[in-house]
Amino acid sequence: MSHPSEIVSKRASYAPVFAALGDATRLSLIAKLAHGVPCSISTLTEETKLTRQAVTKHLRVLEQARLVRSRREGRESRFALNPEPLDAARRYLSLVSRQWDDALDRLRDFVER
Amino acid sequence: MDIIEKQIELKAAPGRVWRALTDHREFGEWFRVKMDQPFVEGQASRGRILYPGFEHLTFEVQVVRLQPEALFAFTWHPYAVDPKVDYSQETPTLVEFRLQKSATGTLLTVTESGFDKLPAHRRDTVLRMNISGWEEQLRNIERYVAS
Repeated sequence: MSHPSEIVSKRASYAPVFAALGDATRLSLIAKLAHGVPCSISTLTEETKLTRQAVTKHLRVLEQARLVRSRREGRESRFALNPEPLDAARRYLSLVSRQWDDALDRLRDFVER
Repeated sequence: MDIIEKQIELKAAPGRVWRALTDHREFGEWFRVKMDQPFVEGQASRGRILYPGFEHLTFEVQVVRLQPEALFAFTWHPYAVDPKVDYSQETPTLVEFRLQKSATGTLLTVTESGFDKLPAHRRDTVLRMNISGWEEQLRNIERYVAS
């Protein structure tokens, strides 16, 4: 477990993660990659109504947020999920959430005494 | 939407809860911060954090709304505890306290939102977003990852 201030000081890096996750298409791409098998753009485009270009664009957003990594294999790039930013972002939110719990407990003591 | 939401039932009248939230001295008592000036809608309010270990830090909120016994809203940089980080470069989150009279006192709902907002200088690197229940989505992903 990281020290709270360490988690918080990295906050700036979470916004792109939350922003990248705030899109149904990107979430579905992550869901596909969550099976653990690196996929090509062609594979990821299959079973969607999206164009290859659209999928590529979404993958770049995920890549910028470090949620996916790509690796070149022969003529194609394969994309894999990187779960670390998801975990870090969730740890950050649960820290903020806990701090609110503590503050509201103190508020309760204060107004009910 | 990325959002933290808390609900707490308080055995105190809305008027009492409102005072505890918006009187800057009373707010300071339970929030552990010494505010320099009252909360005024549309203005910034500053103080010093009294929380053990964080006393070297300045606390600052920008008051957005003061609607008596109903809504107190401000923006801030949540737990900006690292003096080496320039939080002013980040987009603040929005905190809202909503009060509702209940049978036994007051139902208080606190929300904090805007964690997905990028600092202005980075905003253009990301596509326009269609935000919908990311926390639920995160749980879905978690299930996927775990399975």
